[in-house]
Amino acid sequence: MAETIMQVKDVVKHYPLTRGIVFKKTVGQVRAVDGVSFDLHKGETLGIVGESGCGKSTLARLIMRLEDPTAGEIWFEGEDMAHLGSKALRSKRRDIQIVLQDPYTSLNPRMTVGDIVGEPFEIHTSVAPKGDRKKAVQDLLEVVGLNPEHINRYPHQFSGGQRQRIGIARGLALRPKIIVCDEPVSALDVSVQAQVINLFEQLQDEFDLTYIFIAHDLSVVRHISDRVGVMYLGKIVEIGDEASIYEYPTHPYTQALLSAVPVPDPLGREGRRRIVLQGDVPSPANPPSGCRFRTRCWKAQDICAEQEPPLLQIGTKGGQYSACHFPQVRDILDNDVPTGAIDLSDMPKE
Amino acid sequence: MSEHLLDVDDLYVEFRTRDGVAEAINGVSYTLDAGETLAVLGESGSGKSVTAQTIMGILDMPPGFITGGRILYNGKDLLTMPESERQKIRGAEIAMIFQDSLSALNPVFTVGDQIAEMFQVHRGMSKKEGMAKAVDLMEQVRIPAAKDRVKDYPHQFSGGMRQRIMIAMAISLDPKVLIADEPTTALDVTVQAQIMDLLKDLQRERNMGMILITHDLGVVAGVADKIAVMYAGRIVESANVWDLYAKPAHPYTQGLLDSMPRVDSKGEELYAIKGLPPSLLALPPGCNFNPRCPHRRERCVREVPPTEEVAENHTAACFFWKEVARG
Repeated sequence: MAETIMQVKDVVKHYPLTRGIVFKKTVGQVRAVDGVSFDLHKGETLGIVGESGCGKSTLARLIMRLEDPTAGEIWFEGEDMAHLGSKALRSKRRDIQIVLQDPYTSLNPRMTVGDIVGEPFEIHTSVAPKGDRKKAVQDLLEVVGLNPEHINRYPHQFSGGQRQRIGIARGLALRPKIIVCDEPVSALDVSVQAQVINLFEQLQDEFDLTYIFIAHDLSVVRHISDRVGVMYLGKIVEIGDEASIYEYPTHPYTQALLSAVPVPDPLGREGRRRIVLQGDVPSPANPPSGCRFRTRCWKAQDICAEQEPPLLQIGTKGGQYSACHFPQVRDILDNDVPTGAIDLSDMPKE
Repeated sequence: MSEHLLDVDDLYVEFRTRDGVAEAINGVSYTLDAGETLAVLGESGSGKSVTAQTIMGILDMPPGFITGGRILYNGKDLLTMPESERQKIRGAEIAMIFQDSLSALNPVFTVGDQIAEMFQVHRGMSKKEGMAKAVDLMEQVRIPAAKDRVKDYPHQFSGGMRQRIMIAMAISLDPKVLIADEPTTALDVTVQAQIMDLLKDLQRERNMGMILITHDLGVVAGVADKIAVMYAGRIVESANVWDLYAKPAHPYTQGLLDSMPRVDSKGEELYAIKGLPPSLLALPPGCNFNPRCPHRRERCVREVPPTEEVAENHTAACFFWKEVARG
């Protein structure tokens, strides 16, 4: 098993709902992230998928410590990032960087590309001494496939895909160990998206990076990830190897999500068994008791309302975990050739 | 005369901006029959939405100018007909669903008011009759507890529910043609599946012709009968859905299909179309796709490739389609 680089333990983030202006009182909590745990292995890409409002972006912000968690621990290189003081945090943060979703709003329009990419050096002066900075920035631009001569241009002079490359160059500037990618390709056109995905993969090999790749597009996540976690209403409902999650999903929500993804092949449209979920995601301010998915689940029984299913290992051979009282393997995507990489002998089947 | 329900014939649209003339649509032709779904596929800036806006007659003019072509609806040219006549068609015969339902709905009126308005304006009904119709339509688009929700405001609905309201408004007057401009792009996959199912069912019940504008090859594969692939204001390939996915004949279509990560297989490294879509202000000479094309020859830079028949009902605008299709 690969070395664990980061350990996230029961991380919780609640946002208070307040009423009143002068006499503020808390009337409730939005449970954006409600007890998420996982290990991140060195050199892997961990994909996090889920629908909007499931807490995946909040999770990214917590890992970056852009938000202080309400509870829980985030262990990275022997220190709990969640409780570090600001000075210690500053030096640790160098190793964890983020690439944001929207290349149009995440770059300051009044700064040149050189200033944007070089700004991290202002804070972490030791990485590139003043005289070397311009060279360092140009190298970074070259690495992400931009013309180093464009160092004095402004963001509006670039297309969406190029701006995302600028964002990636900024993320790489401090030679981080982990990059958190929050929907990094969802604003891009299809033909440009493939270029950026390939760039992420190439950089991972080149710089020995570990990615947390957050996206709502299950096809993109499958392509890039080694392991995948599925989130629903602030919790991970299923996590495991990419092949296990996509070929042998056991949680009803994972199954429904996979069955809803359109496959770019008309041949599949007659044969596919679609699970169309009813209704919308419940409000995270008032999640259902017990299992949070039970209100939309076709398998729900009394126990699902009473007891919250813990995230338990499924089978004994793989690293697949599922939070369901009635987990059952189901091949949703009709994967032509089962890879055989997973031993299903002791997995619960339909 | 044309026997198609809708016949877009050699349409040209340009935008005259401060920076120059943007050639948004350069000779687009397609047809639509009753009960048929045509998917118009393209990236941003390919002109797919501008074509739809021109059909609807909601193009901003200026800066937009229609510089050529005809749009025949039941044999009559929409572009030359007087505005009064066109108004009777817009919304009633040809209706449109927009991508962003939050900004397309008026936030200060209840959804019931907005659906009822369709009947008040076009059918001369009273407010009360209109509201009854609104409830009926909200039930048809499967909004739960429609009676109670008809007096709610748009912000009280989720994204998927708002899109249903947009659909209810669009189908309220029994249009013959429904144009759906990226109807599910802003939605989550599970909701997207619900909305596409709803659109398909409504189309079948009412035998509407539907133009689905999207950039999502997956959505298209699930619902379309035929597809027109647009690039820089031109249709580069058109075919029925089976042929297009199985035997793409234009390098752009092929590149798009190869660059899609798929949920049903892990795949190797993605094929990436190199370069960027061209600026409409300065289209490359010859074939618009030539700077990004792996099959480029000298001829591609000199001449604009004509639309050639590749097979029955399958056309591609590439000099070397034989080579492309084989490879």
